[in-house]
Amino acid sequence: MAFKIASSPHVTHNLHTSTVMQRVILCLLPGIVLQCAFFGWGTLIQVLLAIIVALSCEAMIMRLRQRNIKASLSDNSAMLTAILIGVAIPPLAPWWMIVMGAAFAIIIVKHLYGGLGHNLFNPAMAAYVLLLVSFPLQMTTWIAPSSVALNSPSVIDSLQIIFNIGAHIDINQFRLGIDGTTMATPLDTLKTDLSMGLTSTESMTKTIFDGSTGVGWFWVNLAYLAGGLVLLKLKAIRWHISTGVLLGLFVASSIGFLLSPDTQASPVLHLFSGATMLAAFFIATDPVTAATSPRGRIIFGALIGVLVYIIRTKGGYPDAFAFAVLLANLCAPFIDYYVRPRAYGHSAG
Amino acid sequence: MTNYREIAWQGLWKNNPGLVQLLGLCPLLAVTATITNALGLGIATMLVLIGSNILVSLVRDYVPKEIRIPVFVMIIAALVTTVQLLINAYAYGLYVSLGIFLPLIVTNCIIIGRAEAFASRNNAFSAAFDGLMMGLGFTLVLTVLGATREILSQGTLFEGADLLLGPWATSLTIHLWQVDTPFLLAMLPPGAFIIMGLLIALKNVIDKKLKERQPEVATEPSVTRARITKVS
Repeated sequence: MAFKIASSPHVTHNLHTSTVMQRVILCLLPGIVLQCAFFGWGTLIQVLLAIIVALSCEAMIMRLRQRNIKASLSDNSAMLTAILIGVAIPPLAPWWMIVMGAAFAIIIVKHLYGGLGHNLFNPAMAAYVLLLVSFPLQMTTWIAPSSVALNSPSVIDSLQIIFNIGAHIDINQFRLGIDGTTMATPLDTLKTDLSMGLTSTESMTKTIFDGSTGVGWFWVNLAYLAGGLVLLKLKAIRWHISTGVLLGLFVASSIGFLLSPDTQASPVLHLFSGATMLAAFFIATDPVTAATSPRGRIIFGALIGVLVYIIRTKGGYPDAFAFAVLLANLCAPFIDYYVRPRAYGHSAG
Repeated sequence: MTNYREIAWQGLWKNNPGLVQLLGLCPLLAVTATITNALGLGIATMLVLIGSNILVSLVRDYVPKEIRIPVFVMIIAALVTTVQLLINAYAYGLYVSLGIFLPLIVTNCIIIGRAEAFASRNNAFSAAFDGLMMGLGFTLVLTVLGATREILSQGTLFEGADLLLGPWATSLTIHLWQVDTPFLLAMLPPGAFIIMGLLIALKNVIDKKLKERQPEVATEPSVTRARITKVS
């Protein structure tokens, strides 16, 4: 009787990159649907445009590098990057911004550093930072959530604004709330109001807020949270980073809120505004750019959470996940160096 | 012994201070937001470089080896001050827009590097020629970088050329296209780093193509030159 002899690993599972990426993309869907429900068709158009650009860039670079084009397109990683950029930028941003962002993410951030698995920075967030730093006005022009908006853009309106064709439509009419004031995102509104001397309680009475969180944004975040929990259940991601991010943000914002409730956003607002849930489950968990050991990942996540709180409250931009994720990416090798798991048979340290 | 063609080739391409030696990165990246600033700083650096190379070469036999660096630095500092005062007098606008990077030419590693590696070992004529070529190589990189950044960020060329050349030069400004929203990244330091990286990559690609085209082994030059790898 012959025994089959094979070298380790003896236990394998068929979880390929493309499967993982596919699951992540599927779990993003509820959030994208709700974002479309609250902010119109713009998000969907941006996502589709980003996918087209990212895949073409990926194919072009793979051709230049003389690698297998089909294999790299079918691993879904470029598509995931594109979707993340698409949902992150304002729904009615002009078309050339998303084109520039997606091309930058794939060509410069991903492939110039060696392609999938070698990039130092999260491509989607690096592209977001590129756009935010270059075009701050367009990148902070969010339209009002449909439930409290005076006008909501139709598909045609969205297409005309994004591609700047046909009759000129003023984007600002879609930023008006039912009370006739121009709306910004909840975090942006709070930041502006605090700088004008209002207390956070006074600011929270505006139409964009609904009780303790922002209109629409709460549900979008909830949808991403649900998608993230499914991802955890499917074991496409591990719990360490997400928990670290949420815990870091919660603890930091709780301390701030307890010390000075009038000038700080509540922890609930921090957790359910802006990109919190999207970033905690879908962006920070990118296995390439994060720390690798379980303990390191908790530290990595907590670093992002604390950085987000600091930049949101002290920085010049309303939301901070892109910057926090990039800074944490820079720290990942450092964290890995100091947080090494104990090897079997060796003493700790 | 002195091969002028070799010196020119070294300064302009093979050992280019900007692209290969990566010296003087601080001004290279900081002031190249427009082609005018880039040209201004490049020319100022070139003037200092030529002057310091000549002076260092002239005094090289009288300076004890132990104190040569302080002496070189004094010579360079005196020249930089001269150039700074001249620019202050004749191109005040440029003086303001270059700011601290003009006096900082003193610390530019290219200048002390050339003084140490070339001028202190060669006669004044070849030292002057080396200064000219290294300065030209540096200015070329600065100009290309400045032009790229200016086109990307504002869609213009020679914006503010009157600061460098006088009022008549306002007509030099070329508007390539109208930009509603300036591409701020190209104006900011990260953009400079990215474009600089792409320029170096482009040079490497060209070198590779040249090498492929000429497979025969080139004879090594008889004078091997010390290459400075210190990063400023």
